[in-house]
Amino acid sequence: MTLSGDSSRSVVCTNVCKSFGKISALKDISFEVGQGEIFGVIGPDGAGKSTLFRILTTLLLADSGTASVEGLDVVKDYKAIRNIVGYMPGRFSLYQDLTVEENLKIFATLFHTSIEENYHLIKDIYSQIEPFKTRRAGALSGGMKQKLALSCALIHKPSILFLDEPTTGIDPVSRKELWEMLLKLKSQQISIVVSTPYMDEAALCNRIALIRNGEFMKIDTPKGIISGFRKELWAVRGSNMSALIGHLREIEGVDTSFAFGDTHHITVNKAILTQELLKVKLAEKGHNDIFIEKIEAGIEDCFMELAER
Amino acid sequence: MKVITVENLTKKFGSFTAVDNISFDVDKGEIFGFLGANGAGKTTAMRMLCGLLKPTSGKGVVAGFNIPGDEERVKASIGYMSQKFALYEDLKVWENIRLYGGIYGVPEKEIGQKTDNLLKELGFENEKETMVKSLPLGWKQKLAFSVSIFHEPKVVFLDEPTGGVDPATRRQFWEMIYKASDRGITVFVTTHYMDEAEYCNRVSIMVDGRIDALDSPANLKREFGASNMDEVFRKLARKSKTTGQ
Repeated sequence: MTLSGDSSRSVVCTNVCKSFGKISALKDISFEVGQGEIFGVIGPDGAGKSTLFRILTTLLLADSGTASVEGLDVVKDYKAIRNIVGYMPGRFSLYQDLTVEENLKIFATLFHTSIEENYHLIKDIYSQIEPFKTRRAGALSGGMKQKLALSCALIHKPSILFLDEPTTGIDPVSRKELWEMLLKLKSQQISIVVSTPYMDEAALCNRIALIRNGEFMKIDTPKGIISGFRKELWAVRGSNMSALIGHLREIEGVDTSFAFGDTHHITVNKAILTQELLKVKLAEKGHNDIFIEKIEAGIEDCFMELAER
Repeated sequence: MKVITVENLTKKFGSFTAVDNISFDVDKGEIFGFLGANGAGKTTAMRMLCGLLKPTSGKGVVAGFNIPGDEERVKASIGYMSQKFALYEDLKVWENIRLYGGIYGVPEKEIGQKTDNLLKELGFENEKETMVKSLPLGWKQKLAFSVSIFHEPKVVFLDEPTGGVDPATRRQFWEMIYKASDRGITVFVTTHYMDEAEYCNRVSIMVDGRIDALDSPANLKREFGASNMDEVFRKLARKSKTTGQ
C-alpha cells in the first residue's frame, strides 16, 4: 500500500497508539493518504475515529508512533500544520449565536484572508446557504449547518481536509449533496480524510480503512475489500421476514443471518447446504414462498465478516 | 385496534408552519417508520405525540389519551428513547433500570425480578454493577431500549435509535424491535438508515411539515417506481421547498 515519493503523500501515519487510562483508543495505526485522494475511515461510534483525527490535526498527542501531514511532523511542526489543514470536527463547532456570514468571516480573518479572496473555493457550497447569510448559525437545519462548517473549513485554502463524520445525523438527500461537494474538491487536488459510520458511503472513497475497537481491520480500495470477502453469501426473502431470520439461524450450514433492507443476508457452508435444500428446510418451518439468490458482498457484509474473525 | 390516531395536527412557530395539518393512525403492535429530511417537522410532530408540545390546532389520541388535554397520562403510557439521551451515564446499570422503573410506576416489588429477567435476556448478567458510561455504545442502546419498554407501554417512540451503532449491533437492535412488536408494543421510529425503513410495517415520509407518502415499503417502492427506499426518499425530498436546497 506504499505510495511512491514523499511529495505524493498527504498523510503518513506510522504505529500510532493512544490510550485514555485503561482504554486503548488507538492500537498501532499505520496508513498513508495520497495527494488528491479521498480516504475514508469507516466504523461505528467509539471505534477511535475522532481520536485519530485529533492526533493528525495536532490537537492531541499520540502516546507513541509518528505522523506527518503534507510532510510536516504533527508534534514538531504543529503550527505549520494548523495553517494548511481544514478540520471539521464531529460536533457542530461554529458560533451558534453569530450569523452564517459572521462565522465565515471569523474563520477567514483568523487565517489572514478574506471571503472575497477565496470565494471561488467555496462558491459551489456557500452559494447554497448564502440566501440565509444573515440567519444565526444555530437556527440552520442539519444539512445547512454542515455546508456552513465545510465552507469555514475551506476558506483558508487548505491543502488537506479532515472531516470527522460530516454526514452523521443528516438525511439521505443532504448526505448525497455533501458527497457531491467532496468529489468536486477532490478534482481540485485537495486531499480528503473523512470518517463515517455509514458504510454505503465507502464506495465514494478511493481507499478506505475499516476501524473497530481502535484497530484498522483492513485498508484497501472499496473493490479490494469486497473481493476479499471469503464466504458464500445469499440473499433470502419470504413473506414473514421477522420469523425467517430466526429460522434461518436454526438451519445447519447457515453461519450468520442478518437483516439487510428487504432481504436477509446469510453466509453459508456450501459443502452442507444448497439453495434447493435450504428451500426444503424452510418449507418444513412453514415458509413456502422463499426467494434465494447468490449475491456479491457489500461493505457492511465485509465489516461484519472481518469483525467476526 | 388503533394506538395512535392523529387528525389535522398542526404546529406553528410564529409565521412558520413546522407541522402542517397531518392525519394518520398507527395500529397496535405495528412498527411505524417516521421519515423525513432534516427540518421537515419530524421532531416537532413527535414532541406533540409524546405530550411535550401543545399543538396549534388539530388533535390526536395516543395510547388511549387525548392530545391536547391528557398530556400527563400520555406521558405515563408511552416509552421514549433517543440516540442523544437515554440513560444516566454516571449511574450503574441496575440503578438506571430502578430509576426508570420507579418513574414509570412499575410496582416496587416487581422491579427486582424484572431487572434480573431483563439482564438475563440481554446477556448482561455480569454488568449489573457496571457504570453505564463504561458500556460500549451498542450495549448502551440495547439497554436503553429495554429500559424504555420496561413498564410495558402501549407505544414506544424511538428517535434515531441506531445512529453510529456498528452494523451487527444495529441489526440485533432491530430484532429486539421485532420482539417488542410481537408482544403487542407499538413502535414509532425515526431513522436516517434507509435499509431500516424496509423493516417497518408502514412508513410515512414528511416533506415541509406534511406527510407526503404513507404506505408499506413494498407499496411505496411500487408507487414511486423505485428499487429501494433510498430512492423513494430522494424522489419525495426533492419536492421540498425548504430542505431540498
